[in-house]
Amino acid sequence: MTDLRLGIDVGGTNTDAVVLDGEGRVIAKAKRPTTPDVTGGLRAALDAVLTELERTDAHGEEDVRVRIGRVMLGTTHATNAILERRGLGRVAVLRLGAPATTSVPPLGDWPAGLRAAVSAGEAIVPGGHYVDGREIAPLGLDAIRRFLDGVKADAVAVTGVFSPASDEHERRVEELVRAEYGVPVSVSREIGSLGLLERENATVLNAALYGVAAHVTDALATALAERGLGARPYLAQNDGTLMTLEHAARLPVSTIGSGPANSLRGAAYLSGVDDAIVVDVGGTSTDLGVLVGGFPRESAAAVEIGGVLTNFRMPDILAIALGGGTVARANGIGPDSVGYRIAQEALVFGGSTPTLTDAATAAGRIPHDAEGWRERLRDALSDANARTIAGALESALARADEMIADAVDRMALGRADRPLVVVGGGAFVLPARIPGASRVIRPEHAEVANAVGAAIALASGRVDTILPAGENRTDAIERAKEEARARAVAAGADPTGVEVVDLLEVPLSYLSEPAVRVHVKAAGPLAG
Amino acid sequence: MNIDVNDIPALARGCAVLGTGGGGDVRTGSLAAMRAIREYGEVPLVKLADLAEDALVVPLSGIGAPTVSHEMIHGEDEPARIAEEVERIFGRPPAAIMSSEIGGSNGVAPVAWAAQLGLPLLDADGMGRAFPEVQMVSMYVAGLPADLVIMSDVAGNVVTIRPVDGLWSERLARAVCVAAGSHALMADYVLTAARAGGAVIEGTVTRALEIGRSTEGAADPLAALRERLGASRLVTGKLTDVERRTTGGFVRGTAVIEGTGDDRGRRLSLELQNENLVAVEDGRVRAMVPDLITVVDTETAAAVQTESLRYGQRVTVLAWPCDPLWRTRKGLETAGPRAFGYDLDYVPVEELTHD
Repeated sequence: MTDLRLGIDVGGTNTDAVVLDGEGRVIAKAKRPTTPDVTGGLRAALDAVLTELERTDAHGEEDVRVRIGRVMLGTTHATNAILERRGLGRVAVLRLGAPATTSVPPLGDWPAGLRAAVSAGEAIVPGGHYVDGREIAPLGLDAIRRFLDGVKADAVAVTGVFSPASDEHERRVEELVRAEYGVPVSVSREIGSLGLLERENATVLNAALYGVAAHVTDALATALAERGLGARPYLAQNDGTLMTLEHAARLPVSTIGSGPANSLRGAAYLSGVDDAIVVDVGGTSTDLGVLVGGFPRESAAAVEIGGVLTNFRMPDILAIALGGGTVARANGIGPDSVGYRIAQEALVFGGSTPTLTDAATAAGRIPHDAEGWRERLRDALSDANARTIAGALESALARADEMIADAVDRMALGRADRPLVVVGGGAFVLPARIPGASRVIRPEHAEVANAVGAAIALASGRVDTILPAGENRTDAIERAKEEARARAVAAGADPTGVEVVDLLEVPLSYLSEPAVRVHVKAAGPLAG
Repeated sequence: MNIDVNDIPALARGCAVLGTGGGGDVRTGSLAAMRAIREYGEVPLVKLADLAEDALVVPLSGIGAPTVSHEMIHGEDEPARIAEEVERIFGRPPAAIMSSEIGGSNGVAPVAWAAQLGLPLLDADGMGRAFPEVQMVSMYVAGLPADLVIMSDVAGNVVTIRPVDGLWSERLARAVCVAAGSHALMADYVLTAARAGGAVIEGTVTRALEIGRSTEGAADPLAALRERLGASRLVTGKLTDVERRTTGGFVRGTAVIEGTGDDRGRRLSLELQNENLVAVEDGRVRAMVPDLITVVDTETAAAVQTESLRYGQRVTVLAWPCDPLWRTRKGLETAGPRAFGYDLDYVPVEELTHD
């Protein structure tokens, strides 16, 4: 029987791991510090959760490890590689668009260090399409060969003008590079949506991450094999869904930003609601996100990765500088925080810095497992400055409640009928009722919501393209849906369970023929 | 003075403020300008008085669909083809490039075009802000004939139109633009320095730069911006409703801002048509086109485009006087409230607001 799922999420501070049983209940959980190499923390969390699993399953007849059928990993390997410029491949950057687009060549706005680490050379060659599907120029195969002959690259990134609508040129270049140069190719159509520079940036990052992807895959496969786990591994991506390792090896850039998506999906799962505002309270900051139909609401704004602007669809997250360690003062709160030193500095731990944790404790908001907080706070408030400090705590808490209510209102977009799901180590500082939310839910296992989110994730595929708005519109949209379903299956979904979960149509202006921009996303449970 | 790479971010911020919500995103134009300055050198910014009477000034603008301009970016040779055609027609090369529209992307991109051509940029434009239609320019208001349009596209085509009037100019230019893939570079009202006097709005590139610089490192960016603009603060508050509909190629809609802090209890509604056109509070108009109305982020004082308006944003609405040219009878006929379908008699913003 392989009924168990193991989810791992690598965060900035901690690496969390959980095991879910066949009914989706959390039966083991563990938290270990994230290590600079990421892999060390991952192995430690894996060991810890397996130990916990075996302890709780002490009366089991067979080795409980063999019941783990799938392992889902959300990791920051790719993000760290870009931020630290470590392990990145050198990429030949090829744009198909000349004579158009030459006024803004590739990588013009990249940080110099990252560009130097990644670019093996850049060229804009004849090719690409107009918005209506005509060729801008016949594909410049000779120019492509001359360029590739002159560079030394680990991978090639190909971006054609309007390729999300017309991808013929990108496909031909992909075949040419495979056949004649034998290096991996990233084609922009698989990576991003309309917006040439942002899609090109994401495609180049993707090509630079092939080596990192191989490293993650190896590290995960080795860690599983060493522990005698025969489970099928998956990687989490930025929209809260999963990819097979083969798929992730082609689209490593999609693993960036999986953390917030996992946290949101995990919070939804643990609380049993599909439409909610999720508040994750940490030590120095609080992140808010919105769940719509069980998936994170996506941001409309462009997303920066390591100083590079991309058009990835990331969860819409609002971060505010307010957490359990935020410093409380008579005239307000924060934005500074005592951070990880909270266990020494906060009044409830015998320290001398009033924090939001102290302010919450003074108002009776205390975690159920807090020991001696009230007493130590009372001691701290017994000296000469007691009244000043007590007053400061009171006004700081009022201000913190205002900030939370304000942030909830910003994310709620005027709707006040949804519940608020509170997760994270600092969740206790929030009041029992929050304006703008129908109720406040504090689910069990909330401290490992991100790992739970990884463990329960689905596989997905998406399509973003331009279609005629005339009478062929319905057929064209059906084809786009079919393509999105096919991509979900390619990512690992069970073909019988795939559904279209998002369909967005935006009419375009100033075109010869009426057209719509269509975005389709399909998702479904993993194939058995 | 020369415009160098370091001036571009400030210029872009200033152009966004003068865009009054429209005029297109300044990012691609900024990248093109920085790249062109690095490649071809700094761009001299000249005043009209610096130019010989018969010097040719070429007003340039990019036209087309915003979705297309983010994907099929301008080719580098497009300005050169227009310059060649100007020389063929007039028998002498252009002496300077001018922005047709300082508000939004067409305020920044001309720096790139001037650099690519090795020409100076005239410290002037045809609007002093952003407007949605081709005839809404100072040259038209000044009575110059709309008898020449030159367009170049990414493929290398050059189209010269000799229209009989402004209506045909707009109609034909749009047809060419669509055929060219919904994106083209356009010169209209090519004019001598002598004719430009009184027919262009002078000093607007410098003004955009100053507006952009005013918020740099300011302790209170909003106050700094207001002072630089000489703007009235219509309201500071929260965006509570945005309604948009696309009709006839334009985005129309209404945005509602509810006052916060000292403005609590107040409610301002903004009528939008690509740009912010009319601000109304309690049934009373507080500012109207052609005066400038811009929504800025209350904290950073960065301009917010109409298409980026979102529920919950903390914004301040600023309004300030347009160039006097727009307040003439013909100016108001061309771009006053009635030109946009509002049954309102124009009243200058300084008479509507007292704060």
